[in-house]
Amino acid sequence: MEQTKYLVVGSSHAALEAVTAIRMHDAEGSLTLLTRDTHLPYSPTVLPYVVSGRSPADSIFLRDEKFFEANRVAYKRGSALKALHAERNTAELADGSEIAYEKILLATGAAPAIPPIPGLDQVSYHVLRTLDDATKLNAAIKQSKHAVVLGAGLVGMHAAENLVKAGASVTIVEMAKQLTDGYFDATAAQMIEKAFTDNGAKILTGSRVVKLAPSAIGALLTLENGTTLEADLLLVATGVKPNMDYLAKQGGDVEHERGILVSDTMQTNVANVWAAGDCAQAKGFYSEDKVMNAILPDATEQGRIAGMAMAGDPGLKTYPGGVPLNTYHFFGRHAISVGSSRVPDGGEVVTRYDETSGRYLKAIFKDDRLLGIYGVNEFFDGGVMCQLILRQVDLSAVKERFLADPLTVGRELMSKIWR
Amino acid sequence: MGKSYNTIAFDSNKCDGCGDCMTACATIKTGTDDKARSRIQIVGSETDGFELALCRQCGDPKCVTVCPAAALTKNFDSGVIDWDASKCVDCLLCTVGCAYAGIALDAGTGHVAKCDTCDGAPACVPACPHDALTYITTSRIYNEVGGWEDLFAPGLAGCQGCNTELLMRHTLRRVGPETVLATPPGCVPGMGSVGFNGTTGTKIPVFHPLLTNTAAMLAGVKRQYKRVGRDVTALAIAGDGGASDVGFQSLSGAAERNEQILFMVVDNEGYMNTGMQRSSCTPYGAWTSTTPIGKGSGGMPSQGKTQDAKNLPLIMVNHRCEYVATASTAYMEDLYDKLDKAIQASKRGFAYLHVYSPCTTGWRFPTDQNMEVARKAVETNFVMLWEYNPKDGLHFTHSADEPLPVTEYLKAMGRFRHLSPDQISHIQGKVVENLAFVKQMAHREN
Ligand SMILES: Cc1cc2nc3c(=O)[nH]c(=O)nc-3n(C[C@H](O)[C@H](O)[C@H](O)COP(=O)(O)OP(=O)(O)OC[C@H]3O[C@@H](n4cnc5c(N)ncnc54)[C@H](O)[C@@H]3O)c2cc1C
Ligand code: SF4
Repeated sequence: MEQTKYLVVGSSHAALEAVTAIRMHDAEGSLTLLTRDTHLPYSPTVLPYVVSGRSPADSIFLRDEKFFEANRVAYKRGSALKALHAERNTAELADGSEIAYEKILLATGAAPAIPPIPGLDQVSYHVLRTLDDATKLNAAIKQSKHAVVLGAGLVGMHAAENLVKAGASVTIVEMAKQLTDGYFDATAAQMIEKAFTDNGAKILTGSRVVKLAPSAIGALLTLENGTTLEADLLLVATGVKPNMDYLAKQGGDVEHERGILVSDTMQTNVANVWAAGDCAQAKGFYSEDKVMNAILPDATEQGRIAGMAMAGDPGLKTYPGGVPLNTYHFFGRHAISVGSSRVPDGGEVVTRYDETSGRYLKAIFKDDRLLGIYGVNEFFDGGVMCQLILRQVDLSAVKERFLADPLTVGRELMSKIWR
Repeated sequence: MGKSYNTIAFDSNKCDGCGDCMTACATIKTGTDDKARSRIQIVGSETDGFELALCRQCGDPKCVTVCPAAALTKNFDSGVIDWDASKCVDCLLCTVGCAYAGIALDAGTGHVAKCDTCDGAPACVPACPHDALTYITTSRIYNEVGGWEDLFAPGLAGCQGCNTELLMRHTLRRVGPETVLATPPGCVPGMGSVGFNGTTGTKIPVFHPLLTNTAAMLAGVKRQYKRVGRDVTALAIAGDGGASDVGFQSLSGAAERNEQILFMVVDNEGYMNTGMQRSSCTPYGAWTSTTPIGKGSGGMPSQGKTQDAKNLPLIMVNHRCEYVATASTAYMEDLYDKLDKAIQASKRGFAYLHVYSPCTTGWRFPTDQNMEVARKAVETNFVMLWEYNPKDGLHFTHSADEPLPVTEYLKAMGRFRHLSPDQISHIQGKVVENLAFVKQMAHREN
């Protein structure tokens, strides 16, 4: 049986960061990277730009074969983990072969969650998570005249914008009361909605598709209120679910809820097994509860920590907890959100909105410490804001100035506190 | 060996917030004078002091790891984090990744922008009217030298934070394998140059003369090599005790005979290897184990050394050697320049290089402060950097104008902690006097 000291499963952000971290501390230990994807490593986050055609599919790769050679990584693409046999430290692959590991990292990310709508399995639809999904969608939007996007999260909104720009008439159907729920607040969502409707998209929030059936051009959708829509292109973007089927079959001992439960060093409850990124459920920054924080920056952070822990790097600092971070570009405007949108008891919310410039800022404080900050068309350094939150910096002396100009005041604080 | 890189350094003490650097950057990068679009951002105020938000060209950069489009890469040749406009998708994730505001949105273009050091000639640096910005280019030395053979064994046994290992390794790399090395008793053999258990600590012939006869023995060795027709550099690395006290007569004799020797003195101002006794190079007022602080005797409290240091390099100038220079490891480019000249001069006659070497253990300062102490010595004129050869006379190689008060140097270490105001003014007075003296020499020799 093939043997390896480190087995890293996945080839995206969390996995690649773990490889870097392992190699920084252990230059020699045998390291195998296993991924079900057949392409070189790429980020799901770049895929909307492959769909739009802005990024050529062959220029998005994060690493090349040379990288794996230079770092002495056995890189196996196109082979998926089928079952984890943690009790005997082996991984069973899709082709039935097994690899024995000393330490394994599960960085298998997430896949689109497909809602259980009757008839969905009868029609053809798109999703967007892999490069193959993106190339298919890229070809399809050029043909589309009537497109429907299910789900107004960032994935759906990105695709909808692409479709609008490609000249299709686009309808976005979202169950929640507002767009980009969970990322941006109602005011910001309205600004986003207006940009879309100004550009001709139709937005149906608070509605639900109850039935689908094949039609002449593609699919016929029936909404809760009885109206119907016809689509020659249907994109399902109603959220994601972690890839962890390989646990169900055998490794039942690895605790998982919504994701694979991990400690502050990304270790699971089972010896020699770590998990990081979109498939992991780790401590949140704002409470001890374990949360899903399926964003790119957190995947890199968790991957780094897992790799250091696996290699026994003494420089390891434990995970401070996930802080939501999102950036979103829409029709030439940008929105940034850093931190929690929840206002705790005794919390304070400050907003300012300038109609003419379209600049919107919202900040949430508790005891003069920043909990979250959101801006539309208002640029501030997200990385600096994140440090202010993580370090719980007392802002009482500068709060007014900070709200007027978070960019400058954030930099001043940075240069004093953690330069 | 890892590569080292040039870098933009900022001295907040010199910055008055004028913003000329930002204007220069905006002009060259955006064609406007809009400071908000500059890649270098000065923040802060007169009262709080000014600080910098600028890409630090991190070695393990977070912005690169969070970029989904492979638009950012660490360029291991230049050290710069390159941004590829053709790959960037304007997602702004890098600005969320960087904790230092080193990459930010340029509202004028709608893309992110960051410092690229203007391909090695940063426009901001010369634009600063107060010398608060400098472009440090010492890296070229480390990159060049890093490729040469290290002629010392790994793992020398120096005190933590000592700069002598740096000096030894650099010097031997520079002089190269065709060298015979003499290391009289002192820190250099103490660190392992003469080796242990019958093996040497160097990859070249090394010997351990007496304190008293180093220059004489080395002169003989050199002459023998010459006699058999081999071109070998004869190098001594000696301490200040070995050179200025008991070793002085043989040193002076060899200089007078103009022997073809490169004699390097590592001046840590005392016999540090044997327990920190005073030498004739120990400065006035300094604590050593033989110039202690305490009650004293006969009603006279003891307050450190009561005599001034001997100025050995100036004495060597008066031998009219082929080459004499003072140097400091805080000024490596200067040191290298002088080492090259000294090597050349030693082919013609006697070359003498005097390197000031702060001693973490004997001078009592934290082990991470060696370069800072060495720099402060020069910035206060406690130590002056100059060189001499018979043809061009004596020249300063580092400006001695506008020095900091000597207290800036004294307070950096424990051996001067006890000084009375009188003692401090004595030392300040000596610094002024020494400067006048060297200036006079510089004048006379030219
Ligand atoms: C369209 C889109 C836009 C996004 N935009 C943003 C954004 O703007 N900002 C943001 O922060 N985040 C965004 N995200 C989310 C972000 O991409 C993810 O958080 C991040 O990619 C998670 O990285 P990961 O390494 O945990 O997992 P993934 O990127 O999901 O990678 C998982 C890897 O595991 C492999 N794998 C899966 N199952 C197996 C198996 N059984 N065996 C072997 N290999 C397996 C996959 O092939 C893949 O290589 C976006 C995601 C999408 C889809
Ligand atoms: S803005 Fe450009 S450089 Fe920055 S993370 Fe996004 S794609 Fe990369």
